[in-house]
Amino acid sequence: MYFQKKETFFMPLTKDTLTFECETGNYHTFCPISCVAWLYQKIEDSFFLVVGTKTCGYFLQNALGVMIFAEPRYAMAELEEGDISAQLNDYEELKRLCSQIKKDRNPSVIVWIGTCTTEIIKMDLEGMAPRLEAEIDIPIVVARANGLDYAFTQGEDTVLAAMAHRCPDINSVTQNINIEDNGRERLLSFLPSKEKASNERKNESTHPPLVLFGSLPSNVTSQLTLELKKQNIDVSGWLPSQRYAELPSVGEGVYVCGVNPFLSRTATTLMRRRKCKLIGAPFPIGPDGTRAWIEKICSVFGIQPIGLEEREKQIWNSLQDYLNLVRGKSVFFMGDNLLEISLARFLIRCGMIVYEIGIPYMDKRYQAAELALLEKTCQEMNVSLPRIVEKPDNYNQVQRMRELQPDLAITGMAHANPLEARGISTKWSVEFTFAQIHGFTNARDILELVTRPLRRNLSLEQLGWTGLVKRNKLTA
Amino acid sequence: MKIAYWMYAGPAHIGTLRVASSFKNVHAIMHAPLGDDYFNVMRSMLERERDFTPVTASIVDRHVLARGSQEKVVENITRKDKEERPDLIVLTPTCTSSILQEDLQNFVDRAAMTSQSDVILADVNHYRVNELQAADRTLEQVVRYYLDKAHRQENLNQPITEVPSVNIIGMFTLGFHNQHDCRELKRLFQDLGIKVNEVIPEGGSVENLRNLPKAWLNIVPYREVGLMTALYLEKEFGMPYVATTPMGIVDTAKFIREIQHHINKWAPILLGKVVDYEEYIDQQTRFVSQAAWFSRSIDCQNLTGKKAVVFGDTTHAAAMTKILAREMGVYVVCAGTYCKHDAEWFKDQVQGFCDEVLITDDHTEVGDMIARVEPAAIFGSQMERHIGKRLDIPCGVISAPVHIQNFPLGYRPFLGYEGTNQIADLVYNSFTLGMEDHLLEIFGGHDTKEVITKSLSTDSDLTWDPESQAELSKIPGFVRGKIKRNTEKFARQNGMSKITVEIMYAAKEALNA
Repeated sequence: MYFQKKETFFMPLTKDTLTFECETGNYHTFCPISCVAWLYQKIEDSFFLVVGTKTCGYFLQNALGVMIFAEPRYAMAELEEGDISAQLNDYEELKRLCSQIKKDRNPSVIVWIGTCTTEIIKMDLEGMAPRLEAEIDIPIVVARANGLDYAFTQGEDTVLAAMAHRCPDINSVTQNINIEDNGRERLLSFLPSKEKASNERKNESTHPPLVLFGSLPSNVTSQLTLELKKQNIDVSGWLPSQRYAELPSVGEGVYVCGVNPFLSRTATTLMRRRKCKLIGAPFPIGPDGTRAWIEKICSVFGIQPIGLEEREKQIWNSLQDYLNLVRGKSVFFMGDNLLEISLARFLIRCGMIVYEIGIPYMDKRYQAAELALLEKTCQEMNVSLPRIVEKPDNYNQVQRMRELQPDLAITGMAHANPLEARGISTKWSVEFTFAQIHGFTNARDILELVTRPLRRNLSLEQLGWTGLVKRNKLTA
Repeated sequence: MKIAYWMYAGPAHIGTLRVASSFKNVHAIMHAPLGDDYFNVMRSMLERERDFTPVTASIVDRHVLARGSQEKVVENITRKDKEERPDLIVLTPTCTSSILQEDLQNFVDRAAMTSQSDVILADVNHYRVNELQAADRTLEQVVRYYLDKAHRQENLNQPITEVPSVNIIGMFTLGFHNQHDCRELKRLFQDLGIKVNEVIPEGGSVENLRNLPKAWLNIVPYREVGLMTALYLEKEFGMPYVATTPMGIVDTAKFIREIQHHINKWAPILLGKVVDYEEYIDQQTRFVSQAAWFSRSIDCQNLTGKKAVVFGDTTHAAAMTKILAREMGVYVVCAGTYCKHDAEWFKDQVQGFCDEVLITDDHTEVGDMIARVEPAAIFGSQMERHIGKRLDIPCGVISAPVHIQNFPLGYRPFLGYEGTNQIADLVYNSFTLGMEDHLLEIFGGHDTKEVITKSLSTDSDLTWDPESQAELSKIPGFVRGKIKRNTEKFARQNGMSKITVEIMYAAKEALNA
C-alpha cells in the first residue's frame, strides 16, 4: 500500500518473464512484532515496548520461545478492557509505563511497537510520542509493526523506517557538535573517538558516503564492511547501529544500500524523506548474490572491483561437498520471511530445482535487481523459472506439494511436523531469519541448514520410516 | 495498561482452540489478523503433532477491515466445510478482532445455512477471561450444543450402562502431562471394573457427546477445565461428579472412595451388590505404589523439615502442597497459584499445609517470594524453574504453563498410583540429592581444591590487534574458545604472528572448506 505511486528509482521489470500470482489465501506466518526478538539484542541501549493485547504477549513468549530471563529490554504494555473502551487516558498510561522503564532500565531510546489493536482502536502513538519524549526526556520511536499491513520480517522494516527519521543529518553534523546542547553532548560522549575517526576517514575516501541498512549480527556487519573495504569502499555507518546513540548520518549526497529483501519502506523513507540515493542491488546472500551486491556498489562509485570473481569461485569450491548433496534436488518454498527470492536464487545456482516460491509480500521494485538475478540464474542454469506466489494459500500449497513431491519444503513451523510425517523433508524458514546467512563467509551456513534434512535422510534411509500417518492422506 | 513481561495463562482464544482441536474432526476458524494463528505452531511443535492443526485463520487485513469481514469469514467456513467435512466448525475471534464488534453470530448463522457441518461461535469475553476459563466455557458450550441437538432429535433417552461407567472430562491438547494421566486413569478404572464411557475433549467425537448421560458419573481430574461441563450435566441430567484430583496416595484413595460412594447408589439395583474398593486401595498403597514405602524410607526421612515453595495452577499446586506436607514431611513455606479466579478454593485446600499463600499472576512477585524464603527446592511451572536457575535453587516442574520438556515420549503420569511414583522421584531428585547431601555434611564436603587455569595450553606467541580482540569478544562465549584456537592455528600454519579481523574470517572460511 505504501508503493501505490510508481517509483522511478527502481529498475523497471520487463514483462513476459517471471510470472507472479497472488493467491490471497489463508497462510500462516509470524506476527511482525517478532522483530523485537532480534532488534532488542541488536540495538544494545534500546527498550522495546509492544503496545498490544495478551494475544501479542503470549505470542512473543511462546511461539518465539523468547523467555524473560534476567534483565529484559522489552515488555508488553498490555491493553486492558479500560484501554479498549477508552475509559483510561492513553497518554497518561503510556507516561506511567515509560517513566517506570526509564527509572528501572535507563535506555537511550524507547521503541513503541504498535500492533493490530492500536490500529483498530486508532490509538495515536505518533501523536503522543513527541509530547511524551519532551516531557520525560527520552527519545521515543514509533513503529507500526501490525499484522493488518505487514508480515513477519517486515516488522524490522517498520522499525528501521522509523529510525531513519532519527538519523542525524550529514550536512549539519559538524554544526551540531558545536552547538551547546545537553542532549546532544551526552549523546556524543558515547562515541567521541569513533565519530572523529570516521570523520577523518570520510575525508580520505574517494567516494560519497555509503550507509548500509538491515539488522545483522555485528560480526556479519564486520564481514560485509571488510568485503567492501577490500574494494576501497568505506562504509560510513549501518542502520541500525549497535547503539541508538551511534545512528549513522544520512542526507543528501549519501548513498544507501539494503542487505535484506524486506526493507522497502526503509528504502523509500531514506530516499524520499532523507534524500539519500538508493543503490538497488541483489542481496548479499550466497556467493553469487554477495558478488553481485558488491559489484553493483562498485559500479555506482565507478570502482573496478578487484579479485571478486576469484573470491566467489574460491567460496564455491569450498562448498563442493554440500553442492554434491543438493544438486538436482527439488525445493518448495511455502513462504514466510520474505528472504525467499534470494534463497531460491542461491539454491538454483547450487543446482537445485525450485518449484514454487511462496512469499507473503512481493515488492517488485525494491527487489527488482534480485528478481533480475533470479531470472538470469535460471537461464544460465538452464532451469525453468519458478512460480512466484504472493500471499499463498497453505492448504492449496500442500495439495500442490502432494503432486510435486519435492525433496525439501522450506516452511513455517506450523507445517513442518505434519509434512515430515507425510514423508516430505522440511526445514524451518525461521532458521534462515535467525542464522547468519549474509556474505561470502556464511554461504556455507545456508547449505548447512538446507542439507541437514537431506543428510538426516541419508543416515536414516535404510529404515524406511517415511509414512508416519495412519491414513494415507497428505492433508489433515 | 499494565506492563507485562510474561504470563502464566494465555489469552482466551487459546483455550477455545485447545478444546476445539482436541476433538476429532472439528475445525476451528479464527477471525484474526496475520500472525495471531500461532496456536498452530504451539500445537505442532510442543505436542509434536503429526497432523495439520485443524485451525485456519480467516485473515483480517486492511481490505477486510474496510469492507467488513462477513463475506470472508462465511467463505472460509463453507470452504472448510467442503474441504475437510468436519462434524463441527467453531468460529473464534482473538483479543484484537473482538474489538471490531462485528456480528459474528450472524456470520455463523449464515454459514450454517449452506454448511453440512454444525457451526458455532465460541462465546467468550476475550478481555475478561484467560485461556483456562475460556477452555472450560467452550467445552461446556460444545457439550450443551450437542445435548440440546440430541434432545431435539429425541435420541437422548438412553439408559445408563449395565456396568459402572464414568466420563473423563477435561483431558485436552497442550495440557500438562494430560495424555499420560488419561492412560493412568483408564488403567485405574480397568482395575476397578469401571467402564470408561467417554473421554472429552481429547480424541472425542462430537457425535458421541449424546452418549455422555449413559455414564454413572463424571470425573473432572483438573478443576481448571471441565467443572462447568460437570455442573451442567449434574443440573440437566442429575449426573453426579467427582472433582477430587487423584494426585498423591491420600487423594487417590479419597478419589476412589468418592467414586465408590456414587456407584453404590445404583449398584444394588443394577449389579445386585455393592462394590468395595478398600482392599484395592490398601494393596496399591502399601505394595504396588512405591510412594508410601518411599515416605517411610531413610531417604525421605532426610527430607523432613526441608523448606519448599509450591506454585502453579490450582489443581497441581494444591495437590503438590498436600503431598509434600502430608505424605513426605517436607515443610511448605509458601503455596501459591496464578489462577486468581479460583483463589478461595485454593486457600481452603492448602490451609494447614503451609505458612503462607500467594495468589498472583505476576512472576516477579513469585520470584521475590522465592528469594525471600530461600527454600531448598521449588515445585512450580517452567517460570519457577527459571527463577530457581537464577537463584541456584533446584525446581521440579509440576504445572503448566507447558514447555516441550512437559511432553516426554516416555510414560510420566502425575495422577493415580503410577503418578505417585513419578512425583516421589521428582521430589527426591529435586532436593540436592538427599543422601549425598547428608553424607557431605558428615564428611565435610567435596574436594575443595580449586582449578587454577581453564586452559591446558600456555600463552601463545600470537598477538591479537585491538579490532580482532573486540571482534572476538562479540562472539558468543560458548564458541569463543574454539574460534580463538582455530584462528591461532590458521595463523601459525600461515606464518602470521599478528591476528587481524581479516585473518579471523579467512580462518573461518579455510576451516569450513
